[in-house]
Amino acid sequence: MRNDVLHEALMKFFTDAVRRLPMKELSGLAKNKVSLRGKHVLGLEDFSREEIELVLETAKEMKSIIHRDIKKVPALRGKSIMTVFYEPSTRTRSSFETAGKYLGADVVNITAGTSSIVKGESLRDTLLTVEAMGFDAIVMRHKQEGAAEYATKVVKHPVIVNAGDGAHAHPSQGLLNLFTLLQYKGRLEGLKVAILGDILHSRVARSDIWGMRRMGIEVHLAGPGTMLPRFLAEEPGIFVHERVEDAIRDADAINVLRIQLERQKAGLFPSKREYARLYGINNARLALAKKDVLILHPGPMNKGLEISPEVAYGDHSAIQEQVQNGVAVRMALLALVLMGGKAQ
Amino acid sequence: MKQLIQGGRVIDPANHIDKKADVLVEDGKIAAVGENLSAEGAEVISAEGKVVVPGLIDMHVHLREPGQEAKEDFVSGTRAAAAGGFTTIATMPNTRPVVDDAAVVRSLQKRAEDEGIVHVKMIGALTKGQQGKELAEVGDMASVGAVAFSDDGHYVQNAKVMLNGFDYLRSFDKVIISHDEETSLVEEGSMNECHRSAMLGLKGRPTVAEDIAVMRDIMLAEYAGARFHVAHISSAKAVEIVRQAKKRGVRVTAEATPHHLTMTDECVDLKDSATKVNPPLRGKADVEALLAGLKDGTIDAIATDHSPHAEEEKDVEYALAPSGFPGLETAVGVLLTDLCHEGKVELPLLISKMTAEPAKILGLTDAGTLSVGAPADITIIDTELKWTVDAEKFYTRGTHSPFVGRKLKGKAVLTMVDGRIVMRDGAIE
Repeated sequence: MRNDVLHEALMKFFTDAVRRLPMKELSGLAKNKVSLRGKHVLGLEDFSREEIELVLETAKEMKSIIHRDIKKVPALRGKSIMTVFYEPSTRTRSSFETAGKYLGADVVNITAGTSSIVKGESLRDTLLTVEAMGFDAIVMRHKQEGAAEYATKVVKHPVIVNAGDGAHAHPSQGLLNLFTLLQYKGRLEGLKVAILGDILHSRVARSDIWGMRRMGIEVHLAGPGTMLPRFLAEEPGIFVHERVEDAIRDADAINVLRIQLERQKAGLFPSKREYARLYGINNARLALAKKDVLILHPGPMNKGLEISPEVAYGDHSAIQEQVQNGVAVRMALLALVLMGGKAQ
Repeated sequence: MKQLIQGGRVIDPANHIDKKADVLVEDGKIAAVGENLSAEGAEVISAEGKVVVPGLIDMHVHLREPGQEAKEDFVSGTRAAAAGGFTTIATMPNTRPVVDDAAVVRSLQKRAEDEGIVHVKMIGALTKGQQGKELAEVGDMASVGAVAFSDDGHYVQNAKVMLNGFDYLRSFDKVIISHDEETSLVEEGSMNECHRSAMLGLKGRPTVAEDIAVMRDIMLAEYAGARFHVAHISSAKAVEIVRQAKKRGVRVTAEATPHHLTMTDECVDLKDSATKVNPPLRGKADVEALLAGLKDGTIDAIATDHSPHAEEEKDVEYALAPSGFPGLETAVGVLLTDLCHEGKVELPLLISKMTAEPAKILGLTDAGTLSVGAPADITIIDTELKWTVDAEKFYTRGTHSPFVGRKLKGKAVLTMVDGRIVMRDGAIE
């Protein structure tokens, strides 16, 4: 048998095999008006309300897969994903890897410490190398704002998924926060969410702001004056407070940001003790919020600093749920950009 | 040898001329400016429907030589100048090595003579190695022809060093040009601190960094009774500070760039580092204040801050890209399109800011004028010519300009240096 005939026969066998597999969780995709197929995931500023809704709906289906005994669907079988992390990460990288694997994709990870990046290879050359190996998606984290945007200019074929670029964006985190809010509150429109801590350096805060505003959530930011960006409250629906109490009052949810300890050395706050006392979230402060307030934290937590253990592990906390939702949302994102549903 | 530039609108702010006239050039000098001059024995250059002005001066250019020839050198940089209609440019000393002694000034003057096709004036470093610690041999450099002194690219952080500079240079009547952004407030900043920077998460370079630096330097210059020039002013408050200082009689002048006069921080896009520049593109109110300052004389000159970088340097993540972009070849088109054709600034005022005024600041007596006997440095501008900015056609080595792709109306179509045509219809001769 000639090679191309063999190839064709094999392809037919696999295609049919894939079709026979139960994929009802993905059947809804084609019905949507919007498609994310081929879309770079750079920041939520690029996402319309309909696109965010599509991700959240799809993530709901994906979450059911995580609970199955056999956690594998062939949605992305034959697709390949490279994660390229220039900054350390536990949950985001493994969450993307898990998401890709549950969907049947081949996932390869490279990190700065163990690759040519330490030999001074430029981001451009690393990206071109990954592209040349045929990868369909590049999930990347980088300390420079705009690195993912830059990547879209360098590569032609792979979809770029931003897993965090400096203080700019962390879109999958923004989406999983929305997904978690929707899960607990049953709606997004009209919610009041407080985001506390180092807003200035936080890509999570920025992706929250873009995504939450798009979905009609009122955003209240609070932290020490040294960690609040100026000029942020110039748009409707964004409020900046210097006292956490003012942001928390009647909040439906509170996203507590991680305080990076090196910020103290940079002079942005005087001491951990003072931060915890004035800005940390504890049960006393929690009482100001709505009774059913939801506590989010992107992790990893500094317990006793920005969040007290009683809050972190208390009844209001959705912090563990966020981790599982992260996998579901990333499954949804990868499936949507790599297979998509045709726009109607 | 005679040339007659015939039938153009001659604008020569130094001599208060704005009329339809001919310009006669003889042996590289201006021989006459008047109506219906005889063309006998002269090569006739028609300027019908065009504007004839003194060769343009750009008092703030980075030619990058020595040491950074991948970005630019005297060959490419002076050709870019000629293509843009500039006949005299002053180059900044932040090269490698820094231009901080007379020997380097001399060797660069020789390079300019050998390789340059327009006049190049040298600006010397104010401090040794631009380190901001000890004064460089400014007297020596002045005696061999340095026209001004600057640590451009850096703010002189130590106030005593700056005061020493003012006190020392007073007797040489040379101006100190300062890049005024207080260092501690702009470190690692990539764009104006504004709503957009807050939303993008890019570290900001706030206007207050410029305001307090301009204020400090003005106070020091006033105290010393010395001359001071603010490079690329960009903040509304800084313009007001200069305005008030001028009212008090402080010997301060200021320049603004075409990009700060026409673009805002809304242009910043993480995908394209072309908009990254220091000081950064500012807000709408700042741009309006610059225009008002330009019109009421607070801002004396327009300078491009031509800062080319090599393609591979600028083609990186926004936050990592070096600041600056080339400006010589786009200045006339951008200013005519966005300021003159929009009715914001009258053409004669614009020409004055690019000829007579910078000549005055740098003390150039032989440039920026069509006075009889002056060197025949002349630029002919077609204010109606439509063109599109194409980096492929640049003479500069710099590629990333925020103006690439812009459709512009107005362009220099002929550049003459000492009676020699160095550019005609966009092509270097």
